Amino acid sequence: MNVAKVLDAKGLACPMPVVRAKKAMDELQSGEVLEVQTTDKGAKNDLPAWAKTSGHTVIEMKEENGVLTFWIQKG
Amino acid sequence: MTQPKKKTTIILFSGDYDKAMAAYIIANGAAAYDHDVTIFHTFWGLNALRKEAPVPAQKGFLEKMFAKMMPRGADRMGLSRMNFAGIGPKLIKKVIKKHNAMPLPQLIEMAKEQGVKLVACQMTVDLLGLKPEELIDGIEFAGVAAYLADASEGNVNLFI
Repeated sequence: MNVAKVLDAKGLACPMPVVRAKKAMDELQSGEVLEVQTTDKGAKNDLPAWAKTSGHTVIEMKEENGVLTFWIQKG
Repeated sequence: MTQPKKKTTIILFSGDYDKAMAAYIIANGAAAYDHDVTIFHTFWGLNALRKEAPVPAQKGFLEKMFAKMMPRGADRMGLSRMNFAGIGPKLIKKVIKKHNAMPLPQLIEMAKEQGVKLVACQMTVDLLGLKPEELIDGIEFAGVAAYLADASEGNVNLFI
């Protein structure tokens, strides 16, 4: 997977992961992939909901040692 | 994406720290959803827009009383529950820090950065005796018609 940008949102609470993800996504071109790392448990639902509504696609998600990592492709 | 932007409008009537925090978290979330966001501050919600430092202004007796009795700025607002004469807000700020959440003044800053439109209700600004120079920069003054114009196109409209 070609990751165009990695966003470290670890330690941040709601609404920051989504706010930061939006900012990072604004800098990408359509089709590019953003990697988001977060420790906010609410982000498990928040980021996919945000991605879907904003026209992006969650390609993959993994949870490891309390860190959630999302790969989101810009729509 | 060429479709018109969705809209979120929030009326912030409450002057409670916790309720204002909820309003601003939703506003910031909606801005991240690429909505056009408006927060319309009325009555006690206007206190969230007050500058922290006192601003000298020409006022009558009643207006001075109001200015003294109301919190000067978001950081001085009380809680809707468990305020305990001001100890509650201190505790909640501690917990906010512990959980790495954002305190209200920073949520307001972030909202401004994200282009959230902050509106002060002109009629209640006058009622409470507030002067424009006592409120933070970058806000607009409007009335019910302006709110309704935004809200009638709104996808999310909240009263807090």
